[in-house]
Amino acid sequence: MYTVEQLKWQNVKGRPLASIVAAGLSKFGKLEGKYSREIFLEAAREAFGGCSNFDPKRDVKALFVGQMSESFEHQTHVAPSLTDWVGLLPIPATRIEAACASSGAALRCAIFAIASGMYDIVAVGGVEKMTHRATSDATEYLAMASDFPMEQWHGITFPAMFGLMATAHMHKYGTAEEQMAMAAVKNHHNGCLNPKAQMQREITVRQVMESRPIAWPLKLLDCSLISDGASCLVITKPELAKRFTDTPADIVGTGQASDTIGLYERDDITFMEVARSAAKQAYEMANKKPSDIDVAEVHDCFTIAEIIAYEDLGFCAPGEAGKFIEEGETGLDGRIPVNTSGGLKAKGHPVGATGTAQACEIYLQLTGQAERRQVEDASIGLTHNVGGSGSTGVVHIFKRRD
Amino acid sequence: MLVVQGRPGSSTSSRGEIDMGAESPLTLESFYTFCAQKKLMGARCRSCRAILVPPRALCPKCGSMDIRWTKLKGTGKLLTYSVVHVASPAFQSSVPYAVGIVQLTEGARLPGMIRTNLKDLRIGLNLKVAFEPRRPESWPPWVRYCFVRARSH
Repeated sequence: MYTVEQLKWQNVKGRPLASIVAAGLSKFGKLEGKYSREIFLEAAREAFGGCSNFDPKRDVKALFVGQMSESFEHQTHVAPSLTDWVGLLPIPATRIEAACASSGAALRCAIFAIASGMYDIVAVGGVEKMTHRATSDATEYLAMASDFPMEQWHGITFPAMFGLMATAHMHKYGTAEEQMAMAAVKNHHNGCLNPKAQMQREITVRQVMESRPIAWPLKLLDCSLISDGASCLVITKPELAKRFTDTPADIVGTGQASDTIGLYERDDITFMEVARSAAKQAYEMANKKPSDIDVAEVHDCFTIAEIIAYEDLGFCAPGEAGKFIEEGETGLDGRIPVNTSGGLKAKGHPVGATGTAQACEIYLQLTGQAERRQVEDASIGLTHNVGGSGSTGVVHIFKRRD
Repeated sequence: MLVVQGRPGSSTSSRGEIDMGAESPLTLESFYTFCAQKKLMGARCRSCRAILVPPRALCPKCGSMDIRWTKLKGTGKLLTYSVVHVASPAFQSSVPYAVGIVQLTEGARLPGMIRTNLKDLRIGLNLKVAFEPRRPESWPPWVRYCFVRARSH
């Protein structure tokens, strides 16, 4: 347990805040005939089954769950139903909504719950069921994460928000559409190595360039997927972690920041201040710098978002991300492998599930369980989760327990 | 200088700021009501001079609540744009269409549809505001503005 003073991010200095002892992920994709509660059960069962000496009914004291939209399933108040479906009634359960950063924000709540000393063991996850809806309906529901009176009302779709950022980045830095396409090509390659990924298909830069336009300069293969899926983690106090597994991973940094809901209100849209700020908090807490990161999962809802993430996280200087990906620095055998899971682009993007799904991948990487996509000797991992057009940013840093 | 009809309490200062007291609150609803009158109105913080579009009662830059309506020229330059090919149901019949963020002459930025030939789109394009003729029948009753090409200004 920490004192309030110790928990201030400047004072943590690399001490573990909480530990992941198990991670579970449902299959991502079009899960026909299955709805959120059934999909979440898949993820929770895998997580709970990954712990030893563990009885979920006895040990899990609270559930935090991220879900973006009640529109897909006409259902609010999902937290109690998910708790019921995974057999954990009557523990407290809370849904956290921060658009596509919902479960990244939920993970922070779980960390607070542990680090404050309130609970010893909690579960945290996320879920979204999307594929049963028409694309135009899904487009509308996702756009709800942008500003209704000034953006949605004027026909600015969610892909168009990132199209506006891409055009600005191309204009300011000369970033090429082909360089953005390389993020999709890399992530599809990685997705082929992840059995849970929605897409199991290699693509080429040319295929991305020739795919149909969605919100120019973004084309179909620049966009992440409409997906069903769920993710779940079991989090404990660091000193209890070894009771449940031989291979815990410690959470050593967490950061979150907020910005205007309207993209148009920001002075410069070639970067996301929320990501820079959340990263700064997490790096300081973890006592790490960008060059210490061995593997990262970043929020590639569109290819331009991955490009901007490299710059915001300090993996390269502003304006250099196009060259950075072109030189293969973020490939599986590069300097900082990014989105080894396939990312939102190929693993899939069931929006509420994404934040904790990123943490699941980092857990697998840091515990040597990432199979064919394993990054050798990965010790420090990072997740970068963005809500809306950059109105919420959440960054976490994880460390292998040696 | 804007003259607001039928608002006896209002007065206009030399800077184009309009004091309408409680009659036109600094809200989105008022902003769109002005759009229905073919007026693009913003607000100016009298403390830090920031232009706020749409208006707000509290300046996000300095925290002041000393804010007054101000009429905007409705001219600006295109900062960035995107061309929408897949839209939500309400807009799907209009695709492809351009949207953008416009740097207004007064300094604030405004997003919206850019109604121009798509091949003319480029950053820096001179634009001016225009208004749709009708008020929508269902909620929200907001008359949309958009941007069209302008000669240099």
